[in-house]
Amino acid sequence: MQWETVIGLEVHVQLATHSKIFSGASTAFGAEPNSQACAVDLGLPGVLPVLNEQAVAMAVQFGLAVHADIAEVSVFDRKNYFYPDLPKGYQTSQMYHPIVGPGEVEITLDDDTTKRIRIHHAHLEEDAGKSLHEDFHGMTGIDLNRAGTPLLEIVSEPDMRSAKEAAAYLKAIHSIVTYLGISDGNMAEGSMRCDVNVSVRPKGQETFGTRAEIKNVNSFRFVEKAIAFEVERQIELIEDGGTVIQETRLFDPERDETRSMRTKEEANDYRYFPCPDLLPVVLDQAYLDHLRSQLPELPADKRERFQHALGLSAYDAAVLSASRDMAEYFEEVHRVCGDAKQAANWVQGELSGALNRESLSIVDSPVSAVQLGELVQRVLDDTINGKAAKQVFQALWHGEGDSADAVIEAKGLKQVTDTGAIEAMIDQVIADSPAQVAQYRDAEPEKRGKMIGYFVGQVMKASRGTANPQQVNGLLKDKLDALL
Amino acid sequence: MHDKTLTELAKALDSGELSSRELTDHYLQRIRQADSTLNSFITVTAEQAQAQADAADQARAKGNAGWLTGLPLALKDIFCTQGVKTSCGSRMLDNFTAPYDATVVEKLKAAGTVSLGKTNMDEFAMGSSNENSYYGPVKNPWDLSAVPGGSSGGSAAAVAAGLAPAALGTDTGGSIRQPAAFCGITGLKPTYGRVSRYGMIAYASSLDQAGPMARSASDCAHLLNVMAGHDVRDSTSVARGVPDYAETLNAPLSGLKIGLPKEYFGDGLDSEVEKAVREAVSVYESMGATVREVSLPHTHYAIPAYYVIAPAEASSNLSRFDGVRFGHRCENPSDLIDLYKRSRAEGFGEEVQRRILIGTHTLSEGFFDAYYTKAQKVRRLIRQDFLDAFEDVDVLMGPASPTPAFDLGAKKDPVSMYLQDIYTIAVNLAGIPGISVPAGFAGGRPIGLQILGTHFAEAQLLNVAHQFQQATDWHTQRPAFVEESA
Repeated sequence: MQWETVIGLEVHVQLATHSKIFSGASTAFGAEPNSQACAVDLGLPGVLPVLNEQAVAMAVQFGLAVHADIAEVSVFDRKNYFYPDLPKGYQTSQMYHPIVGPGEVEITLDDDTTKRIRIHHAHLEEDAGKSLHEDFHGMTGIDLNRAGTPLLEIVSEPDMRSAKEAAAYLKAIHSIVTYLGISDGNMAEGSMRCDVNVSVRPKGQETFGTRAEIKNVNSFRFVEKAIAFEVERQIELIEDGGTVIQETRLFDPERDETRSMRTKEEANDYRYFPCPDLLPVVLDQAYLDHLRSQLPELPADKRERFQHALGLSAYDAAVLSASRDMAEYFEEVHRVCGDAKQAANWVQGELSGALNRESLSIVDSPVSAVQLGELVQRVLDDTINGKAAKQVFQALWHGEGDSADAVIEAKGLKQVTDTGAIEAMIDQVIADSPAQVAQYRDAEPEKRGKMIGYFVGQVMKASRGTANPQQVNGLLKDKLDALL
Repeated sequence: MHDKTLTELAKALDSGELSSRELTDHYLQRIRQADSTLNSFITVTAEQAQAQADAADQARAKGNAGWLTGLPLALKDIFCTQGVKTSCGSRMLDNFTAPYDATVVEKLKAAGTVSLGKTNMDEFAMGSSNENSYYGPVKNPWDLSAVPGGSSGGSAAAVAAGLAPAALGTDTGGSIRQPAAFCGITGLKPTYGRVSRYGMIAYASSLDQAGPMARSASDCAHLLNVMAGHDVRDSTSVARGVPDYAETLNAPLSGLKIGLPKEYFGDGLDSEVEKAVREAVSVYESMGATVREVSLPHTHYAIPAYYVIAPAEASSNLSRFDGVRFGHRCENPSDLIDLYKRSRAEGFGEEVQRRILIGTHTLSEGFFDAYYTKAQKVRRLIRQDFLDAFEDVDVLMGPASPTPAFDLGAKKDPVSMYLQDIYTIAVNLAGIPGISVPAGFAGGRPIGLQILGTHFAEAQLLNVAHQFQQATDWHTQRPAFVEESA
């Protein structure tokens, strides 16, 4: 039987506010346990929450970016359950009236086609603290630094049909939130976490199969792996005559498998009700218009512009627009050198290669966008040839010079285009290579093209790489052919 | 000295006739003399009080004294007080020392008041008799066999017995007005949002409100002047200017339109209470007020709606008392669930457990709409009843409680206790202000007249109450216990 996979994602995005969603405590990552938890975060008797306006603005920005309906009135609810790292015994969230209503995100697939994934809603909520199970001699430690950190939970419709689509969707969300600057998107530090709902159904069947929810899948790669495992598990189960039960499962990245956490019967009754300590959030049109006017160009628009206005390939446009940092870097290189294709080649070639080798992100690149732009410019205006350009890049990468021009000057890499000088070098090489000249002369005419490479190499070497390769080629051919 | 009102004591301090230290020492002495009988205080902060009194005297000597500077007060043990045990009347918080001051406590400190200590109360403010306290019941100074009312019973008894000139209470369904009535003092529940709830341990967040309890409306006005106002730490506090409540106390009442809700004079109302209330109304008529009957048709739904909404909020508000971070923790828990179960079973008293169970049930899947959603609809109707009535009249008057104080141990089943609050509970559901003023006695036990106004009508309520106290002397009467315990 042919099976179809149905996937929906719940993505928790940690918002990059300075302080927590309901208190003034800092949200900085990595501080000493419980050093960033104030009376409100600790849930002390008598404390009250006060909503962080920045978190509201960020949620609205996301909503606008995914063309969603923004709720005129949204309401915070309490989700009640007991857990040691949940200080108040309830999580303040938005159950019935979320701030962001239905919207949609466009994803790009491997074959460069696009697909729209609908967003059901997105709501604001507070994060819980962390339970620490190591280093406490069998006891559990509680760190409440994270308690009260603002999260935007983005809930998709079950619109994805493969693990690849799910990963592409997650990347699209990552790209939108980092473009907006509302999250650092750092998955390793938990700034973006994902719950995956997966079910399978016979191809052509309209109704959905029973879904399993896989909790806390925290990288693009794990999303694909967890779905792949889960789909296989469900299909095998059904084909062996079993039925999938609705349950929550946990992905184990060490074994690439999912395991049952709890079934629906064991699920909590969260007893949601409106939080009486917080007023409904009321947003007017002027506020939305103001935020809309401040939205940056978003990834989909940027990709479109890169492809159609700058003439990049669909692939280049997608790669260069995937992250705001990458796009900004590329656009700066382009601004300085004036040639989009060359800028794209350099950013994706030499620069990305070097960054990958040293596991650096583009914001930490030792070569600035302006430096790279100037370097590309020098290639374009024939000041240096491609080979010298790579040397200049390496020099800039290692901090040997402030600019491409300085490196070119210091290393004497300026391209030699003086025909007389090149001819002199060619004559010398020909004089020094009688055997090769004889071979050339005796060779079949169609093989001579390849043989010329040796002489080009010698001339370039003699020029320490600075001779213009096209000129060298042309002049060499003329001179060698004259010897025939 | 302990017979005087705040207003009189403020004058004595101002004239130098008395120092705050003398006054404070006197009240600390009164507490030592009388409180072993009354049990109105859970914690007495004698040293802190003396230090605050000395500081107040120094401030006064430098000319930095405000109206309240140097005046001693008692605080219901529901207000967080930095460095002082804040128990909320519960074993759960018997070991809890608050690390911060509630906003009202901070404001009263800044105004130079002296805190004598923390008063007894029904556990987590759940009760109408003060019999639900982990620290034992409080006795009514008018009759030691009677309850002082609740949940602010300790505050009411302390003021009535002259152990403090005034106190703070909180009112979720009548917890200031009913004990004020039972103890023959004046107690004001402000409009919801008028006074910050920050640092006040939550019972039912959408209903809780702090207010003054004192010997006169004038005293309450001076306290409210300091207590009221917007607090950035409480989103439900209202950003609205605070008038000088003392300034309008003497406004004439001619032309005042009084409404008597017919539902407040029906079955279950003690005849002597009714007589006292009607006589009080006739005092207003003699001042030029007009009286008419009005109707609040949804009154009889108030108690059922309240006992859905308040326990629902309480069940969630009290979840933080889990034995993990603060408060009572059971010994040697075998696992996490055992820790939760035993800590909460041991830490919470019977009534608190009952309300947590009710609230947990009404919020449960499958019951939520039938209970909580319905109760919220009823709440809107009740509020509308009041708004409609205030289209026609300025204030509403009626009894604060259907009977005078009942005997300790008299109300055994919870529902008969809940019915005590029949005239006070709707006021919290509507969010409007109410004040209880002494208006007579029945069998030696005080009777309270309740006066209600529309949202933010505190100035008017205090004015109306003060004028009554200018014309009558019910509020100046003192229980014999005051002399007997001196």
